[in-house]
Amino acid sequence: MADAAVKGRFAVVGGGLAGLMTVIKLAEAGQHVDVFSIVPVKRSHSVCAQGGINGAVNTKGEGDHPDIHVRDTLRSGDFLLEQVAVKGMCYAAPGIIYLLDRMGVPFNRTAFAGATTGQQLLYALDEQVRRYEAEGKVTKHEFWEFLGIVRDEGGPCRGLVAMNLHTMEVKSFAADAVCLASGGPGIVFGRSTNSTINTGTAAASVYRDGAIYANGEFIQVHPTAIPGEDKLRLMSESVRGEGGRVWVPSDGGMDERSKTQRPPKGEPWYFLETWYPKYKNLVPRDVGTREIFHVCRDLKLGIDGKDAVYLDVTHIPAKTLDAKLKGVLELYEKFQGVDPRYQPMKIFPAMHYSMGGLWVDIEGDSNNLPVPGSPRNQSTNIPGLYAAGECDYAYHGANRLGANSLLSCIYAGMITGPAMVSYAKNAASTEGSTALLDREEKRWKERFAGIQKMQGNENPYGLARELGDLMTENMTVVRYNDRLTKALERIKELKQRWQNINVLDTAVGTTNQPLSFVNQLWNMLELAHVMTQGALLRDECRGAHYKPDHNLPVPSHRDPTQDPVWMAKWKERNDKWLKFTKATWTAEGPKITYEPVKFPVLEPEPRWYA
Amino acid sequence: MADTSGKQIILRVKRGGAGKEARWEEFALPYKPNMNVISCLMEVQRNPVTRDGAKTTPVAWEQSCLEEVCGSCTMYVNGKIRQACTALIDKLEQPVVLEPMSKFPLVRDLVVDRHSMFENLKRVKAWIPIDGTYDLGPGPRESQAAQQAEYVMSTCMTCGCCVESCPQVNSASAFVGPAILNQVRRFNMHPTGKLNAAERTRALMGKGGVQECGKAQNCVKVCPKEIPLTSSIAVMERETVKQAIKDFFSRGDGDATGSA
Repeated sequence: MADAAVKGRFAVVGGGLAGLMTVIKLAEAGQHVDVFSIVPVKRSHSVCAQGGINGAVNTKGEGDHPDIHVRDTLRSGDFLLEQVAVKGMCYAAPGIIYLLDRMGVPFNRTAFAGATTGQQLLYALDEQVRRYEAEGKVTKHEFWEFLGIVRDEGGPCRGLVAMNLHTMEVKSFAADAVCLASGGPGIVFGRSTNSTINTGTAAASVYRDGAIYANGEFIQVHPTAIPGEDKLRLMSESVRGEGGRVWVPSDGGMDERSKTQRPPKGEPWYFLETWYPKYKNLVPRDVGTREIFHVCRDLKLGIDGKDAVYLDVTHIPAKTLDAKLKGVLELYEKFQGVDPRYQPMKIFPAMHYSMGGLWVDIEGDSNNLPVPGSPRNQSTNIPGLYAAGECDYAYHGANRLGANSLLSCIYAGMITGPAMVSYAKNAASTEGSTALLDREEKRWKERFAGIQKMQGNENPYGLARELGDLMTENMTVVRYNDRLTKALERIKELKQRWQNINVLDTAVGTTNQPLSFVNQLWNMLELAHVMTQGALLRDECRGAHYKPDHNLPVPSHRDPTQDPVWMAKWKERNDKWLKFTKATWTAEGPKITYEPVKFPVLEPEPRWYA
Repeated sequence: MADTSGKQIILRVKRGGAGKEARWEEFALPYKPNMNVISCLMEVQRNPVTRDGAKTTPVAWEQSCLEEVCGSCTMYVNGKIRQACTALIDKLEQPVVLEPMSKFPLVRDLVVDRHSMFENLKRVKAWIPIDGTYDLGPGPRESQAAQQAEYVMSTCMTCGCCVESCPQVNSASAFVGPAILNQVRRFNMHPTGKLNAAERTRALMGKGGVQECGKAQNCVKVCPKEIPLTSSIAVMERETVKQAIKDFFSRGDGDATGSA
């Protein structure tokens, strides 16, 4: 598309908020877009977001300002963020909220659309994309799974190969540029708060083809989720806020930490109240998460020996509960079949969000905002391949600020669309790439023909469960190097066992879910390898990455800047570790390098959570 | 807690592909507390063996969020059309019988193709026409009451329960079904959406339109989001009549409503 007047043809993989916003921006610029999604885009994981969407709208003159939002975001991510991208996002946030309002999201002007914000926002974008689809500017390929990019040897991305999940047909598609907006990798952890479609397979595939995966070790865990055999469902933090008490049935033993006797066997032991007499059940999220994990895993005192503790609101009058927590408690009842107003809820921390993802570039201007329309914005290290949404690494650093995920997805999409158009204007024509497309299509057909013949004795779903248990055990709340080393060995062993998989289903010409899953499982193993390797090497505590053996000491003063010895240690830690982890695929496993973070917007500040 | 060791769940699944005769398969699964239909199907994936000990393939079904907001896992569970994720084993009679939706083309096992619902959303222009995504400030103000009403209607996840339950949706009819009618009502209420109200309403006047509703009222009973579908249908019936009269008297004046 060397001539700017010629309309391009672009591809977007994923139909959540980031993907659909990218589509809208491309279509609005008069381009044609092919959207690939493994489910109808309206069923994408963005529908699950229950929180709100941040934005300094300042509706009531409360003095809110985007700079405050920038600071909160950078602090929450412990400064391991792309600062220009973050500033751009926070400054764009009020405009994004107004845009969604114009699209018909029933906001009640507090930037919040009931308990189903994600659903409301996704539908608003879905409707706009449907309008472009009706106008012929967008072609949806729903129930098509992205398999891999088509790339000149070491050169730019020329298109992609995808598979029709209703017929298992494998086909290549040319594109002037491709955007991956394929979401997070929750299913690598087996059960999480993520949808079952969130395997991370698309991101892993391009990582395999040379894209850099950054900050993979940063995984956010939500402290309270409803354990389920099929998934872990988010339970709002508001339950603790409204007076919920956390306990496990006592074993009647001695508590070494507080040097007190636990209550008689079977009676409630309120461990947070024992250990944190001041904050009790209102300890910060991370602390609550770690202690619940500790009680179940290390003390083995989880309910019935399992990974669960009670979150109890039965002491609060039902009337009060209905006024404050009705929706949340109804959700519990719907999936657990018991009324939490009269029976304590069972909860456990759950993998929730990946801060890490595909490394992307951002070009900053003199105000440290992304240059509008720069082809560098959201570009991976592969020319012509872009990434946006949970599958990019830029916006959340070491820990995501609540209510920033929806915003980051929409914002990333807003700058990715124009970036792709700019890129294509200057890129060489895709003409002549037919041979390349054919070659890659053939390669993927052969790959699946190979999987189709796998008649070993490993069940792919059983293997996936083993991987999930391994990752949840070692790569969520607390991390220890000896355990991570063992986990890495296990991942390599699982990769070996993958070779001996049984595909379970040899049907052709119709939907064959195990066939697709076997390929996805390999990609999940690749990502698990990246995450675990990154975690093993990073000897520090930062945000969601918690290594008790490598924590800073407790500062002697409440304000750590008043403790020069501590400050020196803090600075030393930052000099060593305030760097993005960058993983590059090699046949032997991920090659990890580090890129120092730049601070054009805000210098790092010390923090200490006591 | 009751001793549940050795307890089994019997799952009876209608299986097969398009154009082939369906077959039934039964699975005996170990009981665990708090299971739902999805976790049973996942158990079958890990051990695809029938109750008689015969090897089989994992059951094909659609799933995604498992929180009843995506609409994917709609199927018949013990004869009732619903999402499988909220179908708790402890609340179901055994054997638990699973069947695919019948008003949509069968793909395989419990997977059907609900593409037609999304096509119908296109037909009725189910969107708010906006002037680009540039920074143009907030949209028009709406009352809290109007927002509240639209909010409930906007929670439709296009799961298809209402379409499945509707006797008027069958191989001999082109009826768009309750969900689509509700979407037209929702967009026609919105201050900007109103600009295309006439077009949307007209799209419900021809073949497959609102007049094909037979007042069975099944839809409102099966809607997992408790959307007031029958009242949306009643509103659209009135609106189509009004639109027809308006169009009759403005023949030759051209269409002032414009298009998106």
